[in-house]
Amino acid sequence: MITLSDVHKSFGPKRVLRGVDLTIEGGSSMVIIGGSGTGKSVALKCILGLITPDSGQITLDGQDVTKGDRDAFLARFGMLFQGGALFDSLPVWQNVAFRLLRGALKRPHDEAREIAIEKLRRVGLTPETADLFPSELSGGMQKRVGLARAIAAEPEIIFFDEPTTGLDPIMSGVINELIREIVTEMGATAMTITHDMSSVRAIADNIAMLHDGVIKWTGPVSQMDDSGDPYLDQFIHGRAEGPIEAVR
Amino acid sequence: MSALTAPLAALGAAVLALLAAMGRVALFALETVSHLLRPPFYARELWISLVQIGWLSLPVVGLTALFTGGALALQIYSGGARFNAEEVVPSIVAIGMVRELGPVLGGLMVAARVASSIAAEIGTMKVTEQIDALVTLSTHPMKYLTVPRVLAATLAVPVLVAVGDAIGIMGGYIVGVTRLGFNEAAYLKNTVDFLEVWDVTSGLIKGAAFGFIIAVMGCYYGMNSGRGAQGVGRATKAAVVAASVLILAANYLLTEAFFTS
Repeated sequence: MITLSDVHKSFGPKRVLRGVDLTIEGGSSMVIIGGSGTGKSVALKCILGLITPDSGQITLDGQDVTKGDRDAFLARFGMLFQGGALFDSLPVWQNVAFRLLRGALKRPHDEAREIAIEKLRRVGLTPETADLFPSELSGGMQKRVGLARAIAAEPEIIFFDEPTTGLDPIMSGVINELIREIVTEMGATAMTITHDMSSVRAIADNIAMLHDGVIKWTGPVSQMDDSGDPYLDQFIHGRAEGPIEAVR
Repeated sequence: MSALTAPLAALGAAVLALLAAMGRVALFALETVSHLLRPPFYARELWISLVQIGWLSLPVVGLTALFTGGALALQIYSGGARFNAEEVVPSIVAIGMVRELGPVLGGLMVAARVASSIAAEIGTMKVTEQIDALVTLSTHPMKYLTVPRVLAATLAVPVLVAVGDAIGIMGGYIVGVTRLGFNEAAYLKNTVDFLEVWDVTSGLIKGAAFGFIIAVMGCYYGMNSGRGAQGVGRATKAAVVAASVLILAANYLLTEAFFTS
């Protein structure tokens, strides 16, 4: 279980997180929605320790994430980045098997390659893709490779940062389905940030609406349409009028 | 603020900013050295960096040294003719190349080629979240990106300097023999007789220092690159400028330390 308690983060005069409280139950899929620049990525990066919060506490299974063995902590996570963040200098299979080729989870070279090819197959890519470089792949294929990398070491927790941004509706649907299948199959805890409502409905068990640095509403996805929360209503229906200013 | 104090305040702010930047670079260099001494070590990345920085810089360093050695021979011959000292061409070409021109020009050429490339590569990795991805994959970016490049440059640049020295002396020899009428055997004898081991060693030590500076500057500006193409462009430019200026400053300090006592 991941818990954020009164988390604050500012960049200079800009207060991005103003006291975020959120609980993500183990084995569930939480989707955080909200407009651009509302602090979704910052919240996610705070959990991973890529950004240090100014105040507040973040715990994983009751342990403060800033304390303890950092490598062991990160070994529990997989992450799909918005742009894929694949390493240009490495072929696809070495991107996927990155964690398996070095560090505590190191495997023999051939075994790591085999696992990488199996994970590529799992996300719908052929073994021939393994020896290509990221620059030779389309956007959708890069997302799939990023997804394969995120699941390569079979993590307990997977983060997805805008998994469908920049993809056409069909490829978005494919990625959403893959995420749902993989998370269910692995029994992993998932946290996704997105403003794509088709992703929300396909991936989420629970959703949290982040606006102006605080969580405005959180609950099961089944209650999303009848929440009665004006912020959530405006967001999910894409209305220009409402409490969220269209020009921010 | 009055018109009188405003320029002073601006000057003070600029000096403080410069000192702060120097402090950040020094801390970055110290952190790099501390990671250099602690595992894990990435041998494959070190090998790739050695090829990129050392092997692939050979043509540019070799050509620079060849033309510099040749031009130096012509200059010394024409300048020496004013006081009938044309015969010093071989020894001055050799000493000038190994003590000064080999390391400095080699260092500057490598700075242009390598500091820019490192800053652009790491800067792009930063803006495309590849550095964040490294962290989430339990890999320390300093250990994986900075340490191999700094170690490779510190090892490779002295080798490049040694090769550049030899090619530069050969450039002087070619010009001396073909254009200035020197006897082949006499030219070589003069070169060898007047060259001391310390002349060569001091140049190689300078090369190692310049290699360290080049890679640290490239990595520092890459890691601190701003967002977007403009941010990476600025980081690249700053890395080359800072590495070049620091090479020239370090060259003066090392020359003072090596040859003035």
